[in-house]
Amino acid sequence: MVGIVGYGTYVPRYRIKTGEIAKIWGKDGDAISKGLSIQEKTVPSIDEDTATISVEVARQAISSCGILAQEIGAIYVGSESHPYAVKPTATIVGEAIGATPDIIAADYEFACKAGTAAIQSCMALVESQMVEYGLAIGSDVAQAAPGDALEYAAAAGGAAFIIGKKQVIADINATTSYTTDTPDFWRRESQPYPGHGERFTGEPAYFRHIVNCTKKLMDKIKSTPSDYDYAVFHQPNGKFPMRVAKMLGFSQQQSETGLLCPIIGNTYSGSTPLGLVAILDIAKPGDRILATSYGSGAGSDSFDITVTKEITSVKRSGLKEMIVKKEYVDYATYMKYRGQWSGGK
Amino acid sequence: MREVAIIGTSVTKCGELWETSFRELIVEAGIEAIQDAGIEGKEINAMYIGAMSTGSFIGQEHISSLALELSGLNDLYIPATRIEAGDASGGVALHQGYIAVASGLYDFVIVGGAEKTTDTVGGETTEILSSMSDREWEAFFGATFPGLYALMARYHMHHHGTISEQLAKVAVKNHYNGSLNPKALYRKEISVETVLTSSMVADPLHLFDCSPITDGAAALVLCPLDKAKEYTDTPIKIVASSQSSDTLSLCRRKSLDSLLATKKAADKAYKKAGYGPSHIDVAEVHDCFTIAEIMAIEDLGFVKKGEGGKAMDDKLTTLDGAIPINPSGGLKARGHPLGATGISQAHEIVLQLRGKADKRQIDEARVGLCHNVGGSGGTAVVHLLEAI
Repeated sequence: MVGIVGYGTYVPRYRIKTGEIAKIWGKDGDAISKGLSIQEKTVPSIDEDTATISVEVARQAISSCGILAQEIGAIYVGSESHPYAVKPTATIVGEAIGATPDIIAADYEFACKAGTAAIQSCMALVESQMVEYGLAIGSDVAQAAPGDALEYAAAAGGAAFIIGKKQVIADINATTSYTTDTPDFWRRESQPYPGHGERFTGEPAYFRHIVNCTKKLMDKIKSTPSDYDYAVFHQPNGKFPMRVAKMLGFSQQQSETGLLCPIIGNTYSGSTPLGLVAILDIAKPGDRILATSYGSGAGSDSFDITVTKEITSVKRSGLKEMIVKKEYVDYATYMKYRGQWSGGK
Repeated sequence: MREVAIIGTSVTKCGELWETSFRELIVEAGIEAIQDAGIEGKEINAMYIGAMSTGSFIGQEHISSLALELSGLNDLYIPATRIEAGDASGGVALHQGYIAVASGLYDFVIVGGAEKTTDTVGGETTEILSSMSDREWEAFFGATFPGLYALMARYHMHHHGTISEQLAKVAVKNHYNGSLNPKALYRKEISVETVLTSSMVADPLHLFDCSPITDGAAALVLCPLDKAKEYTDTPIKIVASSQSSDTLSLCRRKSLDSLLATKKAADKAYKKAGYGPSHIDVAEVHDCFTIAEIMAIEDLGFVKKGEGGKAMDDKLTTLDGAIPINPSGGLKARGHPLGATGISQAHEIVLQLRGKADKRQIDEARVGLCHNVGGSGGTAVVHLLEAI
C-alpha cells in the first residue's frame, strides 16, 4: 500500500512570545495568549526562508530512511511564502539534494493545505507507477502585517514526507478532499501581507471544511473517532483544532500529541504536516492516525493512516528536541529578521 | 390627516448571515410582511426602504428600484424610495410611510429596512460606519462611534454618578431578553463580570457595551386605520410618528448627557397622543451602546435625567419591571442591522401589542414606543403604537 517511507522536519530556533508582540501594540498579552491559546511562535532567522526550510526537511527525510535522492521521481513543495513569485522552490530543493534532473517538480499554493495537497499528488504518482518515490513538502515563513491579529500566529517551519510503496512506515489507507470557493483569507499579487475575513474565517471556512472533509473520510472507510489513537487538525491557533476535534467526537487525549500551535504558532503549510510528524515521532506499530488539513480559499484534505512495524527502523525526526532548543528574540529583532526594516524587501 | 395602522410585519434572523445576500434579505422580509398583512402585491401603492450605506457595504445604490424589482412589483410602476438617515434610516422610512398614508396620497404602503454589513471587514467597516458622523469634524480626526458614545458616557458618569456596573446591567438585561428571541443574533445570557472583563473598546465602553455588526432586514405594511380591520383582527394603530433632527457633530450639541433630538421627538409624540411616558407599557429604544439606552430612558421620560443608571440597579426595565425596555434584546443582543433597525423595533412592538411575543411577552401590553437614532443623535425618530 502507498504510504510514508521517510520524513523530516524543521522549525527555526528563534521564538517570540505573544506578550512581546502584544506589548508593542498596547494589547493585553495574557488575554490574547489565552484567547488564541498561543504562548509563543517560531521566528525564521534573517537568512531563512521557505527554500532553506524545504531543503533542510528534504535532507532529513532522505536520511531518515536511507533511500537515494536519485530514486525520488517527483518533488512538490507546498507553501504560501515561496521566495519567488515566478521560479520554483521545488527545483532549488531538487538541486540541493541531488535529485535533478530526472524529476517531476512543481510548487503548490493552497494557503495552509498546500503541503497535504503535495502528499496527495505524490500518492497518485506512486500508485500510477509514474514514480517510485515522491517527495512532498509543506513549509512556510508566514507573513503577517505588523499589528494585525495574524501577527500572533504567523510562524515558520516545515515537514517533508517521502511517499512510496516499499518499506512503508505508515500506510495511507484513504484520503479525501473537500473544496469550495470560500474567500476567507487571501494575498494578491504584490501584496506583502495577507488579508482575511476575520470571523468569516471560522464557521463558514475552517470548521465547515474540516468537519465535512473528515466526516467524508470516516464515512468512506466506515471508521469512528474511537478507531484512532491520534488525530491532528490544522492549527491556525490553539483553540480551533481542539474545538473541531470535540465537534467531530475526538478526545483531548487523541488531539494533544499533534497540537503544536500553542508553542510554535501556525506554520501554515507546515502546520498539519508538523502535527503528523509529532505523532510519527512517538508512534508504535499499529497506531492509527487521522489527519485533516485546512487551506483558506478553501479546502481540506483528510488522511487515514496506520503505522507499520517499519516505523522502528527509521530515524525519528526529533521534533520535540528541536522545539525545546530555542532562543527568544524581542520585537525589534523579530522585525529585523522578518525584513520589516526594509519594508519587506 | 387619516389615522394609520400597521397590518403586516416581518423580520429576518439578525446575524452574521454569511450565506444570505442583501437581495435575499429584502425578498424574505418583504414577502413575509405582505403575507402577514394578507394583501395582494398589486394593492401596494408605494414603497419606502431604509438603508444606511449599501453603496459602501456592497457597492449598490438605487436600492429602491432594486427592492421593487425583487418584490415582483415593478409592473405596478409605483414609487419606491430609499431613505438614508444613518442608522435611523428604518425609523425615518416608517415616518415617511406614515405621512404618505396619513396624507391620503396612498392607501397601502410597504416600509422596510435592510443592511448587509458582513461583506466588509474590520477597519473598512469602521470607516463606513464613521460616515454617519461628521466626516470633517469627527471621523477625519479619528473619532469612531464607540469613541463618541464614550465621551457621552464619561460626561454622564461625571455629572450623574453613573458607574460601569450600571452600564453593564443594560447589556446583561438585553442579552437575557435576546436569549428568548429566536431572531436575535446573541442568544446567550451574560453576567456583569462578562461585560466588565471584556476588552476595552473606548474607555469606559467595553466590547460588551457595544452593539454588534449585523445583517438583517425587516418590513411593515401600513394602511388607513379604517381599512385595517378588513385585513386583520389585530391592527396596530400608529398613534404618533415624529422625527427630530439635530447637528451632525457631537461638538455642536447643546448637551452631552442627553440626545435633544430624542427629547424633542418624544415631546411631539406625547403631545400628539395626549399622554406621556407613564402610559407606555413597553419600549424598544436605540441601545447602540449601553450608555445610549440609559440616556434614552431618561430622554424619553421614563426616568428623570441622571437616574438611568439607578433604574438598572432597581430593575425597572426588565421584562417584569415597571417599564420593560428592549424585550427583543435590543440593538445589543438582537443585533443592529443599521437601516433595518428602526423597522425591527416596530416589528417587536407590533408582536408585543398583538400578544405574540412568546416567552418575552409583556403582560397586557397595549401601548408601545419605538425609538430609533441616527449616528450620535443627529436624527431621532419616535413612534407610539397602540393595540386597538
